[in-house]
Amino acid sequence: MELVCPAGTPAALRAAVEAGAHTVYCGFADETNARNFPGLNFDRAEMAEGIAFAHARRAKVLIAINTFPHAGAEPLWHRAIDDAAKCGADAVILADIGLLAYAAERHPDLRRHLSVQAAAANADVINFYAETFGVRRVVLPRVLTVDEIAAINREIDVETEVFVFGGLCVMAEGRCSLSSYATGKSPNMNGVCSPASHVSYAEEPGGLTARLGGYTIHRTAKDQPAPYPTLCKGCFVSGDQTGHVFEDPASLNATQLIPALARAGVTALKIEGRQRSRAYVAEVVRSFRATVEAFDAGRPMPEGALAKLSEGQAATTGAYAKTWR
Amino acid sequence: MTDLDLTVGPNPFFWDAATVRSFYQSLATAPVARVVIGELVCSKRLPFWQDEIAGAVETLLAAGKSVAITSLALVTLKRERKATAALSDIGLPVEVNDLTALHSLPAGQPFWVGPLINVYNEGTLRWLAKRGATRICLPPELPLDSIAVLARLGRELGVAVEVWGHGRLPLAISGRCYHARLHDHAKDSCQFVCGLDPDGRDVETLDGQKFLAVNGVQTLSQSTASMAWQVEALSDAGVTSLRLSPQSGDFAAICTSYADRIAGRITAMELASYLVGQVPGGQLSDGFVKGPFGAHWSAAPASQAMRPGL
Repeated sequence: MELVCPAGTPAALRAAVEAGAHTVYCGFADETNARNFPGLNFDRAEMAEGIAFAHARRAKVLIAINTFPHAGAEPLWHRAIDDAAKCGADAVILADIGLLAYAAERHPDLRRHLSVQAAAANADVINFYAETFGVRRVVLPRVLTVDEIAAINREIDVETEVFVFGGLCVMAEGRCSLSSYATGKSPNMNGVCSPASHVSYAEEPGGLTARLGGYTIHRTAKDQPAPYPTLCKGCFVSGDQTGHVFEDPASLNATQLIPALARAGVTALKIEGRQRSRAYVAEVVRSFRATVEAFDAGRPMPEGALAKLSEGQAATTGAYAKTWR
Repeated sequence: MTDLDLTVGPNPFFWDAATVRSFYQSLATAPVARVVIGELVCSKRLPFWQDEIAGAVETLLAAGKSVAITSLALVTLKRERKATAALSDIGLPVEVNDLTALHSLPAGQPFWVGPLINVYNEGTLRWLAKRGATRICLPPELPLDSIAVLARLGRELGVAVEVWGHGRLPLAISGRCYHARLHDHAKDSCQFVCGLDPDGRDVETLDGQKFLAVNGVQTLSQSTASMAWQVEALSDAGVTSLRLSPQSGDFAAICTSYADRIAGRITAMELASYLVGQVPGGQLSDGFVKGPFGAHWSAAPASQAMRPGL
């Protein structure tokens, strides 16, 4: 199976390719991509060099242009697509209908992937994107079970890519404005979720308190690890219940589901984490490459290697194994 | 005084059939131009109230309202896909709230676009207009500058552009049911606990800050967004309609209060102080339109060009 790996920097791109990534995905350093964090991403020259580096080692590069253009500012996003074509990207990853239409019309030969930010969760809508905009691959939202993925693959002609490791969105991606409700900045409009610029920590009698836009997201005792205050993973109160109302602060690790995902007809496995360090990326990619090769060769898959890299020290198979349905 | 008119959005909550019946009866005499009906949030709820739909549609049409039928917000299951495909046969305009509905909508059949479709820019609006959209309610997240650009284009293309005018904000939709989770039920055996909370179940922070509300698989703001102060700004921007999202209490009276505000019979301040006593939790917001963040309540009119650099 194809391993699609994150690269937030040129160094991470090289590390991912050298660690065995079949494909790397990355973005330009602006609001056109959903990991628009300070110090991350590529300028045009870096992108062209990164693609040359990857192509020389028979790896592919996908460019994520997966935010929703601001009204009145579409040229920034259009230029990103034009430049992706010019740089020789193997595909662009898009979510916005207007951008899909633009890319299909102006760059018909540039392969189009549908971003997870489009939250295409069934065969009908995937066929709609394929027929209307010539989309060739769909990154599936993380709300589906393996059985549902298999059923989708039986009814579509395009490839599917699924997240197997890293951060976990429990909401339908691209359809969430929790972050901008609290901070004014959102994944859709600004390429950020629960941005660090709006995070504050305070030592209080009850423990270390993390706030986002002034809203308390969680409070942890002195000796406990304090996870980043991502809004949907916060600890809240509802009636007589106090706890993680939406999602526990665990990260996705579907390594053990790789055989099931392969049987479900999945083409590519995606690792989240363009904001992660080069060392992290290299270690995760190396481990997944070994896992995928073991699987392809019919050998038992190595276990537990990735556990220590999981956010909050806890890992979940997310929706895929249907534990909460 | 402005020329805005009012649209009542689909009810996002799970109300029993009798409540649904009296709700739509009360809208027949309310000063609203149109009503969107149907199940938006969870397909499992529909069997409990779907027998009310035909009667409600008949009542509303007889009262001179336009009526559209909404798609689900997130379509995953086979029966949901079938139900979505069947919407275009009902004989009412379909309000698309998941693009799945477009897959089966015959070319040339006009449709509406709901606030859960990502219409952030001109390219998307143009594409939808070309596909047959005649009315688009913009995502609530958009600031006034974006609204103005899209409303102008809408006027040019003959597409009515609507803005979220009143109601708890639809912030997120998920495959997972938070109501069931709060009651320690699995989604498939949820026991319909979302029906216990007619305006959603409030979620506060550990420090008691009013924050969100859970409504089955949907997450809403706990504040009720209100365009009480933004009526002129939105009208000047070219917006044609305000969308009022159902809540418990005397909703027809809330509709009347907005109509009074639009007609200049009451002021923004009068409307806002009336609403504080009517909305669940008594908290208003208009920060998505005016800034700086969604939950903020300005108590002042917005002006365009608030976002330097764009």
